[in-house]
Amino acid sequence: MIAHLSAFGAGLLFGIGLWFSGMANPRKVLDFLDVAGNWDPSLLLVMGGAVAMTLPFFRPLIRKRAITFEKTAIDTTLAAGAAIFGIGWGIGGYCPGPALTALSNLSAEALVFVAAMVVGGLFARIWPSPSGR
Amino acid sequence: MHNFTPVASLIGGILIGLASVWLLAANGRIAGVSGILHGLFAQPPGDRLWRLFFILGLVTAGIAWHAYAGPAPAREGFGLGWAAAAGLLVGFGTRIGGGCTSGHGVCGLGRLSLRSLVAVAIFMATGVVTAVIVRHVIGVAS
Repeated sequence: MIAHLSAFGAGLLFGIGLWFSGMANPRKVLDFLDVAGNWDPSLLLVMGGAVAMTLPFFRPLIRKRAITFEKTAIDTTLAAGAAIFGIGWGIGGYCPGPALTALSNLSAEALVFVAAMVVGGLFARIWPSPSGR
Repeated sequence: MHNFTPVASLIGGILIGLASVWLLAANGRIAGVSGILHGLFAQPPGDRLWRLFFILGLVTAGIAWHAYAGPAPAREGFGLGWAAAAGLLVGFGTRIGGGCTSGHGVCGLGRLSLRSLVAVAIFMATGVVTAVIVRHVIGVAS
């Protein structure tokens, strides 16, 4: 139970970070991706701030926990998946975290997006070797 | 660049990074949101409950944020068909690509994974190209 509460707390802090940073606003995300418009570079700082925190801790913690990663290959499945994800991200301005925390808006677009995202993940089972992180 | 919010975005990013370190240190889990979501529907059923609690935390954060900052502004002119198409692509792509902005971005780059760096470069590139086309060529109010 303590572990579940800890996961809840991590999700809560992660979500507050998404709202605070502007990542939970799909229009702001698209203002970053749309380099031909009124470009907003803020999201570079979101990624920079986040990686500045994970960089010193992740390798030691992964070693300590003896966590192994099933998928290590840099192959066409990785490239195709990342490319398809980027296309969906560029259309809607939602990646998975912001979409889930945006469910709190009770907006039709967030509900439809999340439902479609789950269905899209299920479709991926027809791919030869689906992986998840 | 009139919407540039460097301080809030940097602080928000630090919170996201700290939450990822927290989940790894306390739960031994990687804070890749697409993987956490897809794992809820994995067969055979694995350990689902922590995933559900993490997602509940994400949604609760939104509720708390709205209580503090007011409701999120609605997006006008972005059709639900586009939302459905985008969701399908994000769900499918993150599943076969093994991660998203958090799993490959925040966590993968944090552990200096070359595989994640490649994924980030690819989804950033297709994201930029798609956003430009959708807004300026197709003319969607996204």
